[in-house]
Amino acid sequence: MTTATTPSRISQAFADLAARGEKALMPYVTVGHPLKESTLEIVPALVEGGATMIELGIPFSDPLADGPTIQRSGYQALQNGVTMEFCMETARQLRQQGVEVPLILMGYYNPVLRYGLERFVADSAEAGIDGFIIPDLPPDESAELAELSQAYQRDLIFMVAPTSRDQHIASLSGRASGFVYCVSVTGVTGARDDVSASLSGFLSRVRSALDLPLAVGFGISTPEHVQEIGRDADGVIVGSALISRLDEADPADAPAVAREFMRYLRGNA
Amino acid sequence: MTSTIPPFDITNLPDDRGRFGEFGGSYAPVTLIPAVEELRTAYNDIREDPDFHVELESLLKNYVGRPTPLYFAPGLSEAIGGPKIYLKREDLVHTGAHKINNAVGQGLLAKKMGKPRIIAETGAGQHGVATATVCAKMGLECVIYMGELDVERQALNVARMRLLGAEVRSVTSGSRTLKDAMNEAIRDWVTNVDNSYYLIGSVAGMHPYPMMVRDFQSVIGRETREQIREVEGRLPDSIVACVGGGSNAMGIFHPFLEHTEVELHGAEAAGDGVGTARHAATLSAGVIGVLHGSRSYVLQDADGQISEAHSISAGLDYPGVGPEHSYLRDAGRATYHPVTDTEALEGFKLLCKTEGIIPALEPAHAIHLAGTLAKDMTSDQIMIINLSGRGDKDMHTVTEALGVMS
Repeated sequence: MTTATTPSRISQAFADLAARGEKALMPYVTVGHPLKESTLEIVPALVEGGATMIELGIPFSDPLADGPTIQRSGYQALQNGVTMEFCMETARQLRQQGVEVPLILMGYYNPVLRYGLERFVADSAEAGIDGFIIPDLPPDESAELAELSQAYQRDLIFMVAPTSRDQHIASLSGRASGFVYCVSVTGVTGARDDVSASLSGFLSRVRSALDLPLAVGFGISTPEHVQEIGRDADGVIVGSALISRLDEADPADAPAVAREFMRYLRGNA
Repeated sequence: MTSTIPPFDITNLPDDRGRFGEFGGSYAPVTLIPAVEELRTAYNDIREDPDFHVELESLLKNYVGRPTPLYFAPGLSEAIGGPKIYLKREDLVHTGAHKINNAVGQGLLAKKMGKPRIIAETGAGQHGVATATVCAKMGLECVIYMGELDVERQALNVARMRLLGAEVRSVTSGSRTLKDAMNEAIRDWVTNVDNSYYLIGSVAGMHPYPMMVRDFQSVIGRETREQIREVEGRLPDSIVACVGGGSNAMGIFHPFLEHTEVELHGAEAAGDGVGTARHAATLSAGVIGVLHGSRSYVLQDADGQISEAHSISAGLDYPGVGPEHSYLRDAGRATYHPVTDTEALEGFKLLCKTEGIIPALEPAHAIHLAGTLAKDMTSDQIMIINLSGRGDKDMHTVTEALGVMS
């Protein structure tokens, strides 16, 4: 299949950043956490603080790739009554509010399957969502969703890990689009003190196999991490560290906390 | 009617992608993909390795205590009325349940793969005890994940695991039962994938687990087939087993799949009833989904969130089911029936009184189902129940339940 004539919003965003010599800062928020309506205020605040793309997490009852922080946020969101429809509606409203950065839905496969793959992709496209990350959907099981994503011109983003074999990474060529989500450590999501020493070698392995921007996630929590990873990668993803701060704050202060945390990570605190 | 049966040999599944028809597969988080591939390769190697099988058979015979008897149960047959009922006595193996068959096999495999640390999940604690036992014997480090609720109701098994040197980690997330223990075990595996082997206890999880666990458990069915031929000169008319994840059922069913004249019946845990919110009858009331790495029937809500299962028996308290069972159900080769907590307790009491055998609550579901199915059978027919485990572990639960009920 020929590549789409217009680059996706995600590809364009990475290209624009690269042209300015900047890196992507991609926070993850669980939709409907801490309060059901919080996301509508938190996302614009994140953008104000310097976020260049947003991952919207679809809560799931059994998030087996996540550490305790994101598990709890998902549990809270489910308690708040968040559904797939609500996630779509949240994205739609964010677009109506004028949020222009790429929005990426991240969620486990079962709720997506239950919603219906085509309905999921079609509704996402209509709601202004640009791509998907499904952590428990490996490339070998993803043919149908990949085809639909291509048909609706959405990016299906794949993850690679330090344990990934070269041949696995290479097999993503032509299938992955948008960017490659590089898992920084062998483990589940959650803030960590140090960036893995072997990260640089891992990233160069991915870089040599795939012609896509690389974004690094899992365990990133400080401006030092962002700086260090930015030397080898095109973007960083911050999830648990942000969620922890939102958990600690009064829900009314969540947008301000989100904005300040982005500024802090950018080194502009 | 046969449209769901693909044109391949039902006895020779899964395919090389781990598919049983549309079920199964390998939905692994990215970090685990190489580990799962490594396991697949290692298992394929030992599957063909005669030395491995000699070692395994020696352990099954001398350590586990196989073959287990196929016992004609005259008291139960008479009480139920109808067919001759035989019990496959998996309750008599070392550690008291069929789980040891698989734990020994995978323990040997882990050793061959050079993995010093074993992780396992457990519901009733039988798989945890079996795994801890094998680790003690083979000198492997052992970490068992168990839902907090199960830690409470299966205290005896927790004590056994600790005595055997295992670390038992109580899981407080979600419904605090088997599915949450499995989530936590997978998270541990993702984190410690270099040195750890995940020893799954059921025919669930990503490929190759459903196939591998079935293969290790199918010793039950192979023995049964030989034994019944010896005593009766023919195969049985029906086989009944309980199904949570479904390992004991797959173990006894699989060698009989090709013998289409043998009816296969699974007893699912219906808790308070399939019409209520409190049950674990996945094949009776589930919807196709993906849980713990494979595609199968799953108890879930309209938004794809996994339901909290409920059963009086911790070993059946799981909202998923092995993919091969989903396949057999849709192919019409096996039939699955819901059995409530109350019915299981009746089955439990019946076997105690008629045969002097205290069953685990899990196979007590199968005993009750056997009674229901027997009504349509005659005295020249033969039924075999897989008595997957003994009931010592359930004394607390049963006395409490019967105290409340009587």
